[in-house]
Amino acid sequence: MFADYTSSELTAIFAMQGFAGLILFSVFVLMALGLAIIFGQMGVINMAHGEFMILGAYITYLTSQLFSNYLPGLFDGYFFVAMLLAFIVTAALGALVEWAMIRHLYKRPLDTLLATWGLSLILQQLYRTVFGAREVGVSLPDWLMGSYAITDIIEVPINGIFVMALTIMITIGVYLLMQKSRLGKQTRAVVQNRAMAGAVGINTEKVDRYTFALGCGIAGIAGSAFTMVGSTGPTAGQLYIVDTFLVVVFGGASSLLGTVASAFTISQAQSTMEFFLSGSMAKVLTLLTVVGILMLRPQGLFSLKVRR
Amino acid sequence: MMMLSQLSATAAQNTSKVDWWKYLLLAAIIFIVLPLSLDIFRLNLIGKYLTYAFVAIGLVLCWGCGGILSLGQGVFFGLGGYCMAMFLKLEASSPEATAIQSTPGIPDFMDWNQLTELPWFWQPFDSLAFTLVAVIAVPVLFAFIIGVAMFTRRVGGVYFAIITQAIAAILTILIIGQQGYTGGVNGITDLRTFLGWDIRTESAQYLLYFVNAVLLFACLFIALYIKRCKLGRLLVAMREKEDRVRFSGYNVASFKIFIFCVGAAFAAIGGAMFTLQVGFMSPSFVGIVPSIEMVIFCAVGGRLSLLGAVYGTLLVNLAKTSFSESFPQLWLFAMGALFIGVVLAFPDGLAGLYQSYIQPWFKRLFKPKASKPDVPKQAVQATEPEADSASPSLKESPNAPA
Amino acid sequence: MHNLKKTGLSNSLRRNLLKGMMALPAAMLVSQLSFAAAPSTAEVNTTGLAVTDDTVKVGILHSVTGTMAISETGSVQAEMLAIEQINAMGGVLGRQIEYIQEDGASDWPTFAEKSKKLLVKDKTAAVFGCWTSASRKAVLPVFEQYNGMLYYPTFYEGLEQSPNVIYTGQEATQQIIAGIDWVTDTKDAKSFFLLGSDYIWPRTSNKIARKHIEKLGLKVVGEEYYPLGHTSFNSVINKIKLKKPDVIYAIVVGGSNVAFYKQLKAAGIDMNKEKPLVLTISVTEDEILGIGGENIQGAYAAMKYFQSLTNQNNEEFVAAFKKRWGDDIVIGDVTQAAYLGPWLWKAAVEKAGSFDIDKVRAASPNLELTTAPEGYVKVHENHHLWSKTRIGHAQADGQYNIVYETADLIEPNPFPKGYQ
Repeated sequence: MFADYTSSELTAIFAMQGFAGLILFSVFVLMALGLAIIFGQMGVINMAHGEFMILGAYITYLTSQLFSNYLPGLFDGYFFVAMLLAFIVTAALGALVEWAMIRHLYKRPLDTLLATWGLSLILQQLYRTVFGAREVGVSLPDWLMGSYAITDIIEVPINGIFVMALTIMITIGVYLLMQKSRLGKQTRAVVQNRAMAGAVGINTEKVDRYTFALGCGIAGIAGSAFTMVGSTGPTAGQLYIVDTFLVVVFGGASSLLGTVASAFTISQAQSTMEFFLSGSMAKVLTLLTVVGILMLRPQGLFSLKVRR
Repeated sequence: MMMLSQLSATAAQNTSKVDWWKYLLLAAIIFIVLPLSLDIFRLNLIGKYLTYAFVAIGLVLCWGCGGILSLGQGVFFGLGGYCMAMFLKLEASSPEATAIQSTPGIPDFMDWNQLTELPWFWQPFDSLAFTLVAVIAVPVLFAFIIGVAMFTRRVGGVYFAIITQAIAAILTILIIGQQGYTGGVNGITDLRTFLGWDIRTESAQYLLYFVNAVLLFACLFIALYIKRCKLGRLLVAMREKEDRVRFSGYNVASFKIFIFCVGAAFAAIGGAMFTLQVGFMSPSFVGIVPSIEMVIFCAVGGRLSLLGAVYGTLLVNLAKTSFSESFPQLWLFAMGALFIGVVLAFPDGLAGLYQSYIQPWFKRLFKPKASKPDVPKQAVQATEPEADSASPSLKESPNAPA
Repeated sequence: MHNLKKTGLSNSLRRNLLKGMMALPAAMLVSQLSFAAAPSTAEVNTTGLAVTDDTVKVGILHSVTGTMAISETGSVQAEMLAIEQINAMGGVLGRQIEYIQEDGASDWPTFAEKSKKLLVKDKTAAVFGCWTSASRKAVLPVFEQYNGMLYYPTFYEGLEQSPNVIYTGQEATQQIIAGIDWVTDTKDAKSFFLLGSDYIWPRTSNKIARKHIEKLGLKVVGEEYYPLGHTSFNSVINKIKLKKPDVIYAIVVGGSNVAFYKQLKAAGIDMNKEKPLVLTISVTEDEILGIGGENIQGAYAAMKYFQSLTNQNNEEFVAAFKKRWGDDIVIGDVTQAAYLGPWLWKAAVEKAGSFDIDKVRAASPNLELTTAPEGYVKVHENHHLWSKTRIGHAQADGQYNIVYETADLIEPNPFPKGYQ
């Protein structure tokens, strides 16, 4: 399998595949972080997570239209505005959904799955009615396109670097938020012991709503970032849902560090296998491996809780 | 919670009398009313929907009673259907019928993919006996492997749901990717005859409808028996307090594996009947979307009620068909709203609606006729709904009559 | 051109159509008939189709929900437009066309169910619909059993020829062989990297492409397939960079397209350079809407129709389409093929003088359409269309510049010898 390549080419293969794996890793982390909060911390199975991401992508599309029509001079910077808007809008929708639907279902986690599946159908059709069934093209500022050549063979896509940087920032931000901030401490308190948290004066309903909104907001940012690498259409969100859940479960649902570690493992495995096998079989093998490991170690890679 | 499990157990014993008239009513609807009132096109559609009801009945046992939510029931439905489809496809691919191909005598999609001989795992499907065994055995074996791997390691609840979902995704990619052996995304199409008998004619469709209905009732009664014997009560107990059952000396995992395999077997029968009635099998049944839809059929019917599962399946599918015929662009809104509504407002589905509204109304209707000794009995039953509302946890798992 | 009035448009269409009819001596009588009093229903409908004295029902069966709605929306729009135009001209045999639209929901069993409904319950005289091969395979037994007529608009893998289907798109060899010949002749291509989504059409097409490339004595340096909906192509792009093919032959479909071209561009493969060049048979103007013109600028596509085609038919078609569906709309190859469906059916019905499926089928071979936006098309005995192959060069505005077209119509050959 290596015989076809020279040694310098092999070095390049590993460098580029490593980098491709890192981009995939960033994508996985972005997808999974929001769900790790919603599912890992709150136990809500949000099947509409993909649709929240696509909402972020549509917001980005609208912002890009707005800027290219009214503020063409500032187009280079629109992406940052778009991400902020994507966060705000998806978080607001998340808070609304939590208020209208999720808060009635905390005692029935499996039922959240069905209700959010219904929500995902409604959102898909809403996108189709508003934006049309066709995909929309999100144009990127020029500085995000193109690549940086390290050697003749090794070239690094700039938007890949951008996604990675974004991922690192968001991950650190979420980590700090959950570990250091008041909201984070309250969230963890509520997760560990709701009754006690309520007794010491934490408004548990409010904490639930903010936590859910935060998870959705991160999904919105992820969707915004995905316009650089993926497609934006009414049903694009469904493509991500299985991968996202597997990343979260594989990492050990309640651990953010676990989510990052599992995203890293899965992405590197998949990207390496993709190079030597056909794309479809690489995907099957990766998923099979993950499921196999989960059968041996159901609590995931990192877990605070004992098995249940 | 302890009180709850006791309540359920006592309730199960108390209602040892099955309301047979309800089964008769369903039988009358399926065997008499529908065939007489519908033309063959609509009846064939109903027959197709009823194949999903097999899956929903299995889910009542697994999910409603046992608390095991599988999001991969489509896998078993699909495997059963594929086994049947392989048999029918081999019959449809006689050397004469496929003379135009470069290798006559093998299924058309294999020829398109440059296969020149039948793969080994296709060969036994020449035999009807093998096929009929395989329809049940392959999915059950698969379910057994999953069950052993998961339940002996005490994977349950949400994790089980997500892993079964991933398995459904894997199998779909595999079937689509190996199109030379499986027909790929097209599925196995253009099935015409079953042992030389043309399954596409009207008379065949009538007959298949009734065969399907008989099998459905057979499964219903098996499920009813399981639900009412000791195993059923143990399942409920496990759902409520697994450790308590385990400490009482029961092997929890083996019960779960058993019930999961039963659910898989039901789904497989449904899949095989689907293939016969519709005339093809496609990987779109193996995936995540149909698997979740089937859970929703079960939820709409009321996850504890076997009859509810059948009614729920019929209702959702009829709604889907009629919405999508009248509003092809907008029917998804209605479907989404239906799912949310069922979960939020009617967590016990149709069966719950029946219990809390129609049953009391019936009782009142027949009250004047009742003789004196019946009165205290009714008083006892009348207090039950109050007990329901008094205990919030009870609402989550009412004991719907079978 | 853009504010062309509807009456003017239909007049010119009628004129063109009449011209086409004149070419067929047998059709002359029919075309006179259709402008005289409409023939009685009993005369034109002996098989109990949904035909009354002033209406005839047809079906439109596409996915308007689910993943395929992205692709199929354009076909629905084209078919509706064609039906409206035909109605404005006086309909078919004096009868206005009423369409019943059903949603296949991107789900093949649903397609089978709905097609059965259209044939058995609604008794439609023709059905325009399906997009993926899987949906066509699902409805095919239904059409054959109940003797319906399906007008199928998509370019597809071939290997099929049903008496109940008229294929208005190209079969694989019509799209592939001329394209590869062009790229080897004019771009001096020697090596190819084949890439596709993992299902029957890309695989069959690549098989034909590979056989043809090897016949020409050239080299295929790689062949890869990814699941439908796959969104990370960095690994395959790395492989392409290492193998350095002259041509990347891409048959990626749907949402994956967007990811593929964006990542290709981001990885520094400049499609405006001579090598490697991208030749695709799966990206129409519709897909470019999602990909973004700047991301695919410089790629070549082999199709039979591009929106930028300059001829009178197409200018009228594009203007009418925009008038009906909005100025922002784009028209791709399949949309145009879908537009041909109702017109071909009308021509066949009028030639047959009857709505009966068997008579329409008998009238279909050798039917000509001179009003087709793609120019002139003719129905082959094998129910496919004779059509030209054109090569388009993708521009930043999302349109293709046509850089080449075959001199003659290419004969459709769904069972190509030597390519199976």
